[in-house]
Order: sequence, then C-alpha cells, then structure tokens
Amino acid sequence: MFSAFMTETWVVATIVAVVAGVVGFFVVLRGSAFVADALPTGAFAGAAGASLIGVNTLIGLGAFSLVGALGIGWLGRRSRHDVAVALALVAMLGLGALFLSFSVGYAPEIYSLLFGEVLGISVNEIAPVAVLGAVCIAAILVMYRPLMLSSVMPELGEVRGVRAHWIEMGFLVVLALATSMALPVVGALLIFSLMIGPPAAARSVTSRPLLAMGLSVVLAVVTVWAAIAASYQTNWPVGFFVGAIGAACYAAGRGWAALQQTRMARSRSGGLARACRVPA
Amino acid sequence: MNRVLTAIVEPGFFSSAPVHVALLVGGMVAVVSGIIGTFTVMRGQSYAGHALADISVTGGSGSFLIGISPLWGFAGTSVAAAGIMDLIGVRRPRGRDLATGIVRGAGLGLGALFLYWDTTHTSTTGATVTILFGSMFTIDSSVIPVVAAFGLAAVGIVAALYRPLLLSSASSDLAVVRGVRVRTTGALCLVAIALAVSLSALTIGAILSTALLVGPAATALRLTARPALVMIWSALIGLAATWLGILLAFDSYYWPPARQGWPVSFFVVALILIFYLLAQARPAGRGGKPGRG
Repeated sequence: MFSAFMTETWVVATIVAVVAGVVGFFVVLRGSAFVADALPTGAFAGAAGASLIGVNTLIGLGAFSLVGALGIGWLGRRSRHDVAVALALVAMLGLGALFLSFSVGYAPEIYSLLFGEVLGISVNEIAPVAVLGAVCIAAILVMYRPLMLSSVMPELGEVRGVRAHWIEMGFLVVLALATSMALPVVGALLIFSLMIGPPAAARSVTSRPLLAMGLSVVLAVVTVWAAIAASYQTNWPVGFFVGAIGAACYAAGRGWAALQQTRMARSRSGGLARACRVPA
Repeated sequence: MNRVLTAIVEPGFFSSAPVHVALLVGGMVAVVSGIIGTFTVMRGQSYAGHALADISVTGGSGSFLIGISPLWGFAGTSVAAAGIMDLIGVRRPRGRDLATGIVRGAGLGLGALFLYWDTTHTSTTGATVTILFGSMFTIDSSVIPVVAAFGLAAVGIVAALYRPLLLSSASSDLAVVRGVRVRTTGALCLVAIALAVSLSALTIGAILSTALLVGPAATALRLTARPALVMIWSALIGLAATWLGILLAFDSYYWPPARQGWPVSFFVVALILIFYLLAQARPAGRGGKPGRG
C-alpha cells in the first residue's frame, strides 16, 4: 500500500481532499449541493470528448466544467435555479452520449472516470493538480469575506455592496476547477460525496466558520485516505468507500446535532423548552 | 411528396419491430414523466428527481447481478431511496438538497460496487454504458405491460392527490391551514417521482431521464399558468421530443462519422433544450403559438 508506485496517489488524493474540504464548506453553507453534483457529472462528458479528439483528459474536463458553470450562472438568472442546473447538466450529458457513441472501446475508461481509479495516477498528474488546487484555495481566500456574507445573509451582503451574482459566478468557477482536478481521482459520481459529507458533519459540530472549515478539511482527508486504503486492500472501487464514509460522516454529524439539541432542551425548564425547541 | 417523406423518414422506420417498441415505451415514459415532472418542477424537487434517477442505476446494476429484470431493480431501488430521503428530512428546504445529495452519494457508491462485481464476474463491460445511457432500440417487448403498470401507478398517485398536492406545492402553509397532510402528500409525491424516474431511467438512460422529467415541465410552465394545461403541454412536449428523437436516431444511421447511428438520448435532450429555449425567448404569459419545433 505504501510502495513507490502509490506515492503519487497519496499525494494527489491528499491535495484533492484538502481542496474538497475547503470548497465543500461553502457548497454546504450556500446550499448548492445540486450544482456541486451536476458539474462533475457533466464534466465527465468533456472527458469523453477529449478522448475522442485526442487531447489531454484534464483539458476536456476543465472546458466542460467551466462552460457548465457559466451556463448554470446564465440560465439561473432567467429561470428557477434547480431547473437551470438540471438543464445544463442534461445538455452536457447529451453531448457526452454523442461523444461516447463515436469513440470505440472506451468502456473501462468511462468506468474509472465515473467511479474513480486509485492506480491510474501518474507522476505528471501531480503538477497540474497541485497548481489547480492552489488556484482554488487562493480564489476562496480572496473571495472569503464577500462569499461568506453572501452565503449567510444575502440581503445584508447586497446592502454592503456585495454583488451576489458575481460572487455566485466566481464561486461556480472555483467549483468547476476543483471538480476537474478531483474527477480523475475519486470519479465523477463521487467527488460530490467528498464535498458534502465532511463539511456537513463539520458544520453540525461547530458553528464557527474557520473551525468548521478546518474540521471539514481534516474529515475529508481522513475520508480519502481511508477510502484509498480500503480500496487497495479489497480491490473494490474507491467511489464506494468515499460514498459510504461520506454518508457515515453526515449521519454522525446529524446524530451529534440531535444529541446537543436534546441536551439543551433537557437543561431548560419544561414549558420553556417546549416553546423554544426547534421542530425536528 | 413521397420522395420528401422518404428523405425525412428513412424506409423501414414503420416496419421495424424495435422501433415500434421504442415508440410505444418511449411515448408512455414521456407522458408519465411530463405529468409527474410538472409537480417536480413546481415543488423545486428537480434535484431529488435527478438523484433518484442516478440511484436507480444502483438497482439496475444490482439486478444484473441477481438476474432479475432491470425494471424491478430500477423501480425498487428508487422507491426505497425516496423513502429514505423522506425519512431523513427532505422536506425542509435548508437541508433538503444536502440530504438528497447524501443519499445519492451513498446509493451511487453501492452502484459502483455492483457495477464492479458485474464487470469482473460476468465480464459484461457494456453494462455500465447500457445502464447509464440507456438503449431504446434494445428494449425487450415483454417489459411493455410492466412499464405501463408502473406508469399508471405513478399517474394514479398524482391524480388521487391532485388538489392537496397542488395546494401544498403552491403554499405549504395554506395547505396546513386547509387541513392537508403535507408530510404524507409530499412523501407520496416523492414515490410518484421515483416511479416515473425509474421508468425513464430504463428507456433513455438513468442520467438523461432528468431531461424528460424537468425539461418539458419547465417549458410548459413558461407557456401557461393553469396547472391542468401545464400537465397536458408538458406531456405533449415530452412526447414530441421523444418520438422526433427516435426518428432522428433512426435516420442518423446513414450519417457520418460511422455507420452506427447517433444515440437517441442525444437527440431527445437536444430537442427538449431547443423547446425550452424557444419558450424562454417568448415573453412570459399566455397566448401565441408556442414553439414546438
């Protein structure tokens, strides 16, 4: 498991997990789970296109997820948000179906793009992943205050001069970048578990943003490491373990929050507690 | 005239048995998805619809493993997932997308495992592609009654709940005041969505079934505001897109680059998007002939 050919995997997976933890925190905060889900699935079509015309997969992924992010931003201004996301997603997937039908003998590669491949990572993938990861983190740092404000209190943000639409666009682009770097490692269908499970758990443990973000990164890294180790041992797909551990994180977070709530309710006097208790 | 017709409809289109099955099953699925989709879009549950379609992949791949008809796998899994989503609180808007996402992630993880077992133990590498992108021309005609039954069940649920469902979709507070059991209604609606989605997942593919569920309904909602009319328009648009898509896919056998035809899913999705963008371009409101290509 720790032999030389696995070094790249560990390095790349750790970078991916850190970025997913940070970006995912805002995904959960902004409630944009559908977008975080649609971008990777749609970007997968870009990989099929890239393999068809014979360019690097990462370029296809990046191009499709960027176009998808901008398309969602554009459509989302003119119609219901979830409809915009759904339509952008199916547009990309429709193209993906077309690309797939043109290319022959691609099935195993599709499978690994959808569900993740541990051993498929080579040395020359480290540099692009590291650069993209650094760009994502830097962009989040630059946008940190306005992003936070517009996520938690959009109205207050508008008053303070935060352009909600531009922040949304910026965030979508960051999400697209994070998606295209993480996709080859954990697979299109499960990046998203990594971006949601750990941050959701972290948020139910603490409400302080920086602490929650740190915790989310730690949980994401642990999730990925455990998933890779388990996948290496059993030879089962990484995606399965990421999905299962992500769900377990979420369940643990929900359980913790419920525990806190009952404890708080019990410490108050009966009538007051009944009046104040948030309906579960 | 005859020559024009031959150019549009390749010879053999109406005499081919797979095409008959595709037209019949695709049509049923389109109508059911159009009707159910109206409520999906009105209730803002597009994500749940998409997630259920993806999760039904798990059932589809699981059914390959234990050797039952994929339809049962698709339908069973997505109804079960709808139940779980409802249990962990899909109703509250704040946590709704999150809960949906978590269920989807866990479901797909299992799906990955099943597919892995499928591909390693039975060496059917094509299973992944078939399950995800569907294959309308290879539908077995024996599934027609089952598809019809599931479709009727989904539409039946919505028809029985029509008024309370409409009320709780428009304003859940008002529905509570009027004595509607919002929770039960919502759960049953989710079950109807699950049934509709698993049907379309089987025909145009798990991932692309979102297109039939959301696209026609969103288009119809731009054309009219009356719920019954929206449902009719939505079913018609879905039907038009599906049948035209099948026709184009049949024609495309003679198109470049290879003599193997373009996928049906591509055409259906492209047509739905064109309809949607045409409806978007119209000023909102009613009147005028809607763009139906």
